[in-house]
Amino acid sequence: MAKQLTIFVENRAGRLKAISENLHKHRIDIRAFTIQDRGDYGLLRLIVDKPNDAYLALADVGCACALKDVLAVSVPDQPGNFHKLTSALAAEGINIRDAYGFVLQPHKTGICCMEIEPPQLAKAAQVARQVGFTVLEDEELYTL
Amino acid sequence: MMDIPFWSREIETAERSRIEQIQLERLRDTIGWALKTNLYRRRLTQVGIGSPDDVKSLADLRRIPFTTKDDLRVSFPKGHLAVGMTDVIRVHSSSGTTGIPTVIYYARQDLDNWTDLLARSIVATGATSSDIFQNMMTYGLFTGGLGLHYGAERVGLTVIPIGGGNTKRQIQVMKDFQTTVVHVTPSYLLHIHSKLGEEGIELKDLALRKAFIGAEPHSENTRRKLQDLMRIDAYNSYGLSELNGPGVAFECVCKKDMHVWEDAFIVEIIDPQTGEVLPDGQEGEVVLTNVVRRATPILRYRTRDLAFLHPQGCDCGRTHRRLSRILGRTDDMLIINGVNVFPSQIEEKIMKIPEVATNYQIHVDKKGALDRLTVKVEIYPKLFLGEVSKLEALKHRIVEELKASITISPGVELHEPGSLPVYEGKAKRVVDERPKD
Repeated sequence: MAKQLTIFVENRAGRLKAISENLHKHRIDIRAFTIQDRGDYGLLRLIVDKPNDAYLALADVGCACALKDVLAVSVPDQPGNFHKLTSALAAEGINIRDAYGFVLQPHKTGICCMEIEPPQLAKAAQVARQVGFTVLEDEELYTL
Repeated sequence: MMDIPFWSREIETAERSRIEQIQLERLRDTIGWALKTNLYRRRLTQVGIGSPDDVKSLADLRRIPFTTKDDLRVSFPKGHLAVGMTDVIRVHSSSGTTGIPTVIYYARQDLDNWTDLLARSIVATGATSSDIFQNMMTYGLFTGGLGLHYGAERVGLTVIPIGGGNTKRQIQVMKDFQTTVVHVTPSYLLHIHSKLGEEGIELKDLALRKAFIGAEPHSENTRRKLQDLMRIDAYNSYGLSELNGPGVAFECVCKKDMHVWEDAFIVEIIDPQTGEVLPDGQEGEVVLTNVVRRATPILRYRTRDLAFLHPQGCDCGRTHRRLSRILGRTDDMLIINGVNVFPSQIEEKIMKIPEVATNYQIHVDKKGALDRLTVKVEIYPKLFLGEVSKLEALKHRIVEELKASITISPGVELHEPGSLPVYEGKAKRVVDERPKD
């Protein structure tokens, strides 16, 4: 499974900079990021080339961060594909707790990262494959 | 000369010597009851007071050690109870400095005495049986609501026992019943004033003429502001649950500080460091002995409130000395919208929650006229799982735990580990940004 690094960040000036500075110092390459805003704080979710190194670099300075498995699916960038994926998961009763997408090459490849309840994660990967999508494992995702 | 109303003119205007004679008689009775409690039996015998007869004069009071809130906590639940539960007809309690509350028991006679002191207080402000009284203080274990309620009924005011909160309804009821007197915290009455416009109500739609204000410290400027904005007279009130509740001291029509009802309370002002009793006029800690309470006699209670006594009499003719408004506290107690909160209560609750790291901050400011409490905690990185739902559940849990302990709902902010200033001692963890005036 692909790893996503989730970092707790207070919602005030300079906090993201402190994190990016640290990651930059450790030569971590960020492939994708998204922020979930919760008012006084937010969660920064990162897909990076070296998730374990990034985790340790941040944990060492006392950051609250967590590595977790996410379902990363390569989706051809064409109309209807996201719907196809969500329909397949819905048909199996799999709940997507959180998701975000990014386009890797316009009109060619998009990536959909999904947080799925751990007990349903393996099943979700299987369903995605069954309908013809590629599920990206660790290395594949980071070396895109 | 204004017409001065009295509830018990004889006792309220008694000669000093007469008041002291009553105090001595009642102190002796109180010693008799106190000797029945686990809390006082040993303390009193240790200073040579084994029976009421050992108290020869009021000066003997100074031989008795002070009682603190901690003593009452240690006595929880009944170490300070002087009668059997059959004789107890009411219980009130207030928050302790930590999880253990301070409990006060009232026998029938105690409630009767308390009610009478409040009747006296209400009449001293000029309120009469033709007034409509909307009691906006919280009912329940807190003494503010029920205390004034029974006092007002005894005088014969029409009592609207609406209790605290629900501003829309308070305003509607003030208009519908043409309320003339309210009992309220100053900040809440200011809040009500700020909401009148929203409700489409003007002062001319209301009949308010008096407010009894208490439960939170306020300046003379705040009183003036309240009086000007609402076009009323506002009377300061003082009391604490350990000494019954409201009705320890109250302002009369002169509005020049509060008469301590000295036939019921012996008041001393002490140097909080040395315990030395200070002369009238000097600021110090208020120490009170209730000499008319049987079920829970309390001797020389250290209130932690700072104030002074006026040396001279009052234009109203009452001989009972006047206590200044409360000028501060000797401990770190916070008063949030009239509710007493100790930082230690907050610490005790949040430190039990594993997902919270050891550093925290208690932040108080104003939102409009009301106080706002925000508890800022750092999250504990080892238990961070990267899930919003867990963080929101954590916030919710902190709110619920604190609500159960301090009775008010704080705001909770989650912070990054190591981001809050590190201090030693709980007092410095409190940031109080409320304007002083």
